[in-house]
Amino acid sequence: MLDGPDSLPRTAAALPMAHAPWYAAGRLPLDPDLDAPEAAGAAKPGRVHWDVAAVVAAGGAVGGLARYGLNEALPQATSGFPWSTFVENVSGCALLGALLVYLLEVRAPSRYLRPLLGVGVLGGFTTFSAYTAELRELLLAGRAPLALAYLAASLLAGLLATVAGISIARGLLEPPEVVEPP
Amino acid sequence: MTALLVMVGAAAGAPARWLVDQLVRRRAAGVFPWGTVLINVVGSLVLGVVLGVTSGGGGAVLVALLGTGFCCGFTTFSSFGFETVRLAEEGDYRQAVANVAASVALGLLAAFAGWSLGQAL
Repeated sequence: MLDGPDSLPRTAAALPMAHAPWYAAGRLPLDPDLDAPEAAGAAKPGRVHWDVAAVVAAGGAVGGLARYGLNEALPQATSGFPWSTFVENVSGCALLGALLVYLLEVRAPSRYLRPLLGVGVLGGFTTFSAYTAELRELLLAGRAPLALAYLAASLLAGLLATVAGISIARGLLEPPEVVEPP
Repeated sequence: MTALLVMVGAAAGAPARWLVDQLVRRRAAGVFPWGTVLINVVGSLVLGVVLGVTSGGGGAVLVALLGTGFCCGFTTFSSFGFETVRLAEEGDYRQAVANVAASVALGLLAAFAGWSLGQAL
């Protein structure tokens, strides 16, 4: 079904924004946290790389602490809009997009940087479980419109922030391609 | 003290996510991000249990270590967003929408189920 003739073209050009000058064709992996199997120096499947796991743990501790700090700095009104989680998730999305452009399209490959910063810090900083727990609380408090607003705003802002992070990083970090005259 | 508990929990949650993602990626064919969906749904369930168990008051240590620390460090919104954007970029709109719908619907369901389960415990 996916690769059949009826499916949409599997290229970055399928997105309307792909033709905008600020949005280069995607070369980023589908999974932000794992190496593509064909990537140079990719972790061999079937083996646990404990050194990398330790780096992910260290990053997770930093991300978790930063999230806790922001939770404390942005105190939550009971059954109000969960601003702290919203800010964490949306900023984490923007930072992950920008980080991956830098790590995978600009910088030379590194064994530890993506596990540390992408999987660890930003993965530990953002959260899906608090998002669903807060949605549940808002629904049970009888604040269905606010729950719906929080649900939609997080998704919309998170996805837009990801695109913005990727685009801004590409604009800032990558020199425009030089087109050779024929 | 609370900050330390959150850090310890998140230091376990983040590598657990990384390991589960690899396990799932090895077993699931195709481009759909099954790993992140599973991680976010299971994390929502466990956080629900933690919040349900502690709903009667007390349990601040449990909430900080397992809830704010482990579950929130285990689950991720940034990878979820990135994978959704990349699917859309590749023209896989159906999978991008399915990813968002499945993550939110199953995650919310898991939050409700976990809370009820935790309160019954």
